[in-house]
Amino acid sequence: MTPTIAILLIITFVLSTVGLLLLIWSIANNQFSHGQAAARTIFTPGEEGHSEDPARPDDQTFTGDNHEQAAAIKARWTADQSSRAAVLTWISSSVFWLLLGSLFGLMSSLKMHLPEFLVASEFLTFGRVRPVHLNAVTYGWASMAGIGVALFLIPRLFKTSLVGGTYAVLGSVIWNIGLILGLGAITLGLSDGEEWLEFPWQIDLLFVAGGALCAIPLLLTAANRKVEHLYVTSWYLMAALVWFPILFLIANLPFVFPGASGATVNWWFAHNVLGLWVTPIGIGIAYYMIPKILGKPIISYQLSLIGFWSLALFYSQVGIHHLVGGPVPTWLVTLSIVHSVMMSVPVITVAINHHGTMVGNFGRLKDSPTLRFVWIGALMYTVSSLQGSMEALRSVNVITHFTHYTVGHAHLGMYAFLSFILFGAVYFIMPRLTNLEWPWRKLISLHFWLVSAGILIYVVALTVGGWKQGLALLDAEMPFMDIVRMTLPALQARTVGGALMTLGHVVFAFHFIVMLLHRGKASDQPTLFRPAAKEASQ
Amino acid sequence: MKRALAIMVGAALILLLATLTLVVMPYLQMSAEQVPADLEPYTEQQQRGRQVYIANGCVYCHSQQPRDPGFAPGDKDRGWGRPSVPGDYAYDQPHLLGTMRTGPDLFNIGARQPSIDWQLMHLYNPRAIIKGSIMPSYPFLFRHVDEPEEGDKVVNVPPPYGPESGKIVATDDALALAEYMLALDHTYPAPTLPKTDKPEE
Repeated sequence: MTPTIAILLIITFVLSTVGLLLLIWSIANNQFSHGQAAARTIFTPGEEGHSEDPARPDDQTFTGDNHEQAAAIKARWTADQSSRAAVLTWISSSVFWLLLGSLFGLMSSLKMHLPEFLVASEFLTFGRVRPVHLNAVTYGWASMAGIGVALFLIPRLFKTSLVGGTYAVLGSVIWNIGLILGLGAITLGLSDGEEWLEFPWQIDLLFVAGGALCAIPLLLTAANRKVEHLYVTSWYLMAALVWFPILFLIANLPFVFPGASGATVNWWFAHNVLGLWVTPIGIGIAYYMIPKILGKPIISYQLSLIGFWSLALFYSQVGIHHLVGGPVPTWLVTLSIVHSVMMSVPVITVAINHHGTMVGNFGRLKDSPTLRFVWIGALMYTVSSLQGSMEALRSVNVITHFTHYTVGHAHLGMYAFLSFILFGAVYFIMPRLTNLEWPWRKLISLHFWLVSAGILIYVVALTVGGWKQGLALLDAEMPFMDIVRMTLPALQARTVGGALMTLGHVVFAFHFIVMLLHRGKASDQPTLFRPAAKEASQ
Repeated sequence: MKRALAIMVGAALILLLATLTLVVMPYLQMSAEQVPADLEPYTEQQQRGRQVYIANGCVYCHSQQPRDPGFAPGDKDRGWGRPSVPGDYAYDQPHLLGTMRTGPDLFNIGARQPSIDWQLMHLYNPRAIIKGSIMPSYPFLFRHVDEPEEGDKVVNVPPPYGPESGKIVATDDALALAEYMLALDHTYPAPTLPKTDKPEE
């Protein structure tokens, strides 16, 4: 028996014992008894049963039936305003990076089937444009929008004002500088050379500093909190903000991990950015938005806690499924595959809560922009996660690995899940911060249909094209160039889908800027997808 | 605050466990791995070529990790070579294993295409050699001169891919990258690879 297997067995034994003791302890200490009281902490007194939504019919806005309830609503308004500067700087920056990242994504996509497109300049060669796209949308759009929404939710969840918001504003400045320098370095050919870790490590320090500055208001506000129960969204947000700096720091340590062990660190990090950073933020937001808009608590609070801890345990060890069949120890790959499959536990518990809460309320998808974006995002989380568990299996991975199929899957997760939830959150937040309504419901609708059609074409094309590519690669009878030709239609369809999504982002950014410039409607009318009857004159 | 702290500490501990299993243990195991005797360290020029490979993102379309024929038969049958072992990457910093095969695996490209002229021409315009290739051209790695000077490496690009007049010469970056391509030759036997015809003990 090799020492590695011995150590693994010992760890497994110790872990299961500790897990059992924790279970006994938590049952003995009534940790399971919070139940539905905790699920209701997101509502102000008397608010349950009333929807809080920019798209609510105006006569249903809950302002409180008595003095105490009205005061709670007022306090929430004060909490919202306290985070205004911090939230707006992070979200505005993210919208800029979304536009830039989409343009670079579109350019990469075009280059895949037009190999002579923009080849003259080394700064625009495919191998630099593509990582600029990935880093701009991951660290610019998704991370900054995620932190912005988190900063908005923290005071609401803790029922107090945001303390130390200035640190977060300063953090966004440093983070933006990091992005400019990092993307500039990639363009100049100074990449560190590992996927998801392209920024030179010296520049990475700026992200650690910028992120740490956001932890200060989180901790100060948490210390100041006025709620008895911590709602599950705050669990996810707090954990994400703890995980990201640790991950980012270890993975970027220069000169430590050579060769094949560098590859394991690379993919341990890359999948954790998805699993332990953007996923908890996305799920956390959905856990807040869905019940809040429906005016109805999530169906099972206990289940949400099981979902949280199992996500932490399983998602943190899935990374090496990116190296199935690669030059790394087999036990390591197997460990990650097992965890990838176990991920169906948190995914299903979250799905029961998200979709179960929706049951009976699907009609609201017709009018509420926030709910439509967030719930479709939550649904795509379920779909892409279960797909991911399947993809980790050796029999499936042998086909999909190294193909465009994986790229389609990545966009299903990062876009159809995460970005949709972020879009929905921005539609919820902006009217709260500016006290103005979104000016044109038709633009929200246009944004929705453009990005939905875009991502649908994108994912379907790459899923089908990538699968065929993967099967063909296994069969050496088929010449390599024939496979390249076979994938061309998928690559062209991807450009069509990407162009629609980019167009949708232009619409979204325009609408966002109008709100930012206070040109929104100071109307008491909500902005719905469909005009209510009394809005018919519009 | 106590509960908030408990969540954060719990979260950090779980990540610590994952770091132990996915970072520390593989590192310990793989750094003890035997380096194949026939594997040579990169020369200074090859190392420079490797940097050009990184700077221009070749890794986004090319892998460097043939899989076991018992698992994925296509890799060996296409002539990409024996399955790679951790020791093969002893001098690779950072690793360039790659995750895409939009283009073929390059673990043994130096053995498959040992001519530097082939490599240079292919970099100047892949379609001059392989019809229908979707790999980008890299004109910025070459200079267009009227009359090559002594010591210039001329690339004889066939029409219609070359210029109307004058010559195409390779820059130092192009030469270094081509040298790195030629160095990607792992056809030596791997000492740690289990024999496929008999079961592991």
